[in-house]
Amino acid sequence: MNAATVVTGLGVAAPNGLGLESYWSAVLAGRGAIGRVARFDPTSYPAQLAGEIDGFVAEDHLPSRLLPQTDRMTRLALVSADWALEDAGVVPDTLPAYDMGVITASHSGGFEFGQKELQALWSKGGRYVSAYQSFAWFYAVNSGQISIRNGMRGPSGVVVSDQAGGLDALAQARRQIRKGTPLIVSGAIDASICPWGWVAQLASDRLSRATDPGRAYVPFDDGAAGHVPGEGGALLILEDADYARARGARQVYAEIAGHASTFDPAPGSGRGPGLQRAIEQALSDGGTAPGEVDVVFADAAAVPELDRFEAEAITKVFGPRAVPVTAPKTMTGRLYSGAAPLDVATACLSIRDGVIPPTTNTSLSRHYDIDLVTGPPRDTPVRVALVLARGYGGFNSAVVVRAPRD
Amino acid sequence: MPATPFTIDDLKSILREGAGADEGVDLDGDILDAEFDALGYESLAMLETAGRIEREYGISLDEEIFADARTPRALIALVNEQLPAAQAV
Amino acid sequence: MSAAYGRQVVVTGIGVTAPGGPGTKGFWQLLTDGRTATRRISLFEPSPFRSQVAAEVDFDAEACGLGPQEIRRMDRAAQLAVVTAREAAADSGLAFHTLDPGRIGVTIGSAVGATMGLDEEYRTVSDGGRRELVDHEYAVPHLYNYMVPSSFAAEVARAVGAEGPAAVVSTGCTSGLDAVGYATEVIREGAADVMIAGATEAPISPITVACFDAIKATTPRNDDPAHASRPFDASRNGFVLGEGAAVFVLEDGESARRRGAHVYAEVAGYATRSNAFHMTGLRPDGKEMAEAIRVAMAEARVNPEDIDYINAHGSGTKQNDRHETAAFKLSLGEAAYRTPVSSIKSMVGHSLGAVGSIELAASALAMEHHVIPPTANLHTPDPECDLDYTPLTARERRTDTVLSVGSGFGGFQSAVVLARPDRRKR
Repeated sequence: MNAATVVTGLGVAAPNGLGLESYWSAVLAGRGAIGRVARFDPTSYPAQLAGEIDGFVAEDHLPSRLLPQTDRMTRLALVSADWALEDAGVVPDTLPAYDMGVITASHSGGFEFGQKELQALWSKGGRYVSAYQSFAWFYAVNSGQISIRNGMRGPSGVVVSDQAGGLDALAQARRQIRKGTPLIVSGAIDASICPWGWVAQLASDRLSRATDPGRAYVPFDDGAAGHVPGEGGALLILEDADYARARGARQVYAEIAGHASTFDPAPGSGRGPGLQRAIEQALSDGGTAPGEVDVVFADAAAVPELDRFEAEAITKVFGPRAVPVTAPKTMTGRLYSGAAPLDVATACLSIRDGVIPPTTNTSLSRHYDIDLVTGPPRDTPVRVALVLARGYGGFNSAVVVRAPRD
Repeated sequence: MPATPFTIDDLKSILREGAGADEGVDLDGDILDAEFDALGYESLAMLETAGRIEREYGISLDEEIFADARTPRALIALVNEQLPAAQAV
Repeated sequence: MSAAYGRQVVVTGIGVTAPGGPGTKGFWQLLTDGRTATRRISLFEPSPFRSQVAAEVDFDAEACGLGPQEIRRMDRAAQLAVVTAREAAADSGLAFHTLDPGRIGVTIGSAVGATMGLDEEYRTVSDGGRRELVDHEYAVPHLYNYMVPSSFAAEVARAVGAEGPAAVVSTGCTSGLDAVGYATEVIREGAADVMIAGATEAPISPITVACFDAIKATTPRNDDPAHASRPFDASRNGFVLGEGAAVFVLEDGESARRRGAHVYAEVAGYATRSNAFHMTGLRPDGKEMAEAIRVAMAEARVNPEDIDYINAHGSGTKQNDRHETAAFKLSLGEAAYRTPVSSIKSMVGHSLGAVGSIELAASALAMEHHVIPPTANLHTPDPECDLDYTPLTARERRTDTVLSVGSGFGGFQSAVVLARPDRRKR
């Protein structure tokens, strides 16, 4: 029936590594990038830590014509898409334009660009608003700009479901591949570390107010008290397996084998949160038994109640301590819609190298009966990984990533 | 408000800041009579350029006349025509 | 083709909150009367701006059943979505409480999210743009919901009791078509049986008006607001911003038939393509939109001659209306000249991400009543727009198959084919 949807290229922009291999070596070394916000002076705010990407010089990668019209997240996305295509050995010019599409997730669009233009509007007047504002801050901008830069005329799209959106975008890409478009650039990059973005995130009441970078984002720990926001994410080249084979793709990292998304019941309904259903349905969609899963990449909200929900969902589906669980995002902070695509990329590398990267900084609370991978990376064959993501307001998504079938 | 007339250097710096420069186009070369299109500036870039000129020089450029100024030379002339009027106010 | 997806997806409920009339009835009345709802902006003082006209909804959230807490935490766009979703749910006659909530999903389209709320709150926390380091002490508790528009889908899901897949689709001005397309594919895939799908937008705020001013995309025809939106007319000079929402109940056709539901139409074909050309510009040939139309027609298994009505994007900008006319000719051939086309943006304005769903509602209602809504304000056709745009007055015509298209910043080109489900042999 359906050919498999496979991952053939990865482009990563993470706070602890710009580029795939630099990120992967940082993750295996347990090297985090959480620190005091450097982009602006955070002194006046109750949360002051972030996972920022250092050393990204857009001018080194992108034509100057693109710079005045792009937010930071779009620049990172354009460059990550370039890297993903290069990693996949895809030269877009050489493929039929309608064979390629772009489906990304977004969280808050080009929020920093938006702040600049709102400031111009209210401090100086409407005439000071840039001609680029009409698209530079909107949620669709990354898909649009990537499709233009690479001449991709197939189906493109944009999904917004907070942090869960990163997985929903991959699922939507898989639908388009099943409908007949053989190659989709998918995933997400977010970056809204600017004063206006900071204040909006503070309103969620989920930001960690800790000042010690080593203790600020500690999911599943008794001291969990919110998360540290980060910037970045990953873009993936997803392809129809037959198409990838026919064009002689240099590697197939993994298959996007299953997906499901659910929404939490209203409080007081008597029904539990929707994460467990998402896990069960994704496994069933992927034809995967719980016992086949070698690792779970957790959403890791670091909000005590949400950590409990997630630990319970994992325990109910897999049994107590029956599957290794990890959250390398403790090294980067939560990247919003960029987080789960980065986890999927990380899962691909886990499968490739037979190693589970660790969760750093956390000591597992005795209240959670999960096998959380802390300390050094764990060497073990990985055939199937489950990636979880939850979005503010009740969104849950799960994706099954499976080693390629030979 | 700048007191000197609008020069090619003023235009180049506004173009660079507001729209960047196409690879393969040398803005420092002889561009006075090149069409903006050929220099890689499409209508959106020109709208941004017009907005910046209007704001920096306190003038108002008529939309259709602006659209007809297809080269740096024509645009510079158009802006300079407006400038004394603006400064007299 | 959608060989993998055998399920038929049908529209069984419609809700509309559009300028000029409350509810689906008021909307359809306005359209068939050929009246316009464009006027001078009243939501804020527009005099500093180049374009000062818009199509506004006279929206009374309280009268529409929203409580004070809901009103406080929701941006206007979310309020419009929730009220409209409730109308659609009621219209469907579906007993939601008897269904497995996990099999009900939500997709809501929006191009610019909670832009009104963000604009307002920014002003406050920045002290009128004076503070670069904006002040969190002045932020409202729901500011995060404004930042991330997935809150729209969350609010609608809560309002109807959906616990299946939920998301916002944000593809600029094709969002309203793409959200319905997305939902259709989710049902076909089997991940849900019922989808509450539609779109909402409330963009009439200073920042949105200013950003369209900057690219001169909106009309400066401030002296005649009622006739400011002139799609396909030679005198058109930009679009008129609008607001509103339209939401549908989409169901698996089999279960809709089993429960004896009233079926407005089948979502028979959907496709989206990108022009990969420019964030705001359109190539005059309309090739990518034509491709989207061809793919949507193929999925629906209809031919150009089968299309009884084309609901156009018809924004009223110089470039759009020519681009689109070219796309119709390219995809439908000679049939393009025989098929009535119209743009309801002449009456209800261009509500960005919402308008695709609002136009789909008009398309479904055209099938329901066999009446084609007109293009208002079309007196002097542009010689380069030489199709039958149904000027000024609504037209009675047997309508079994409708094509509705959209085009958006970012290069998105989308097409949906609605068809009478019993008309096609499967």
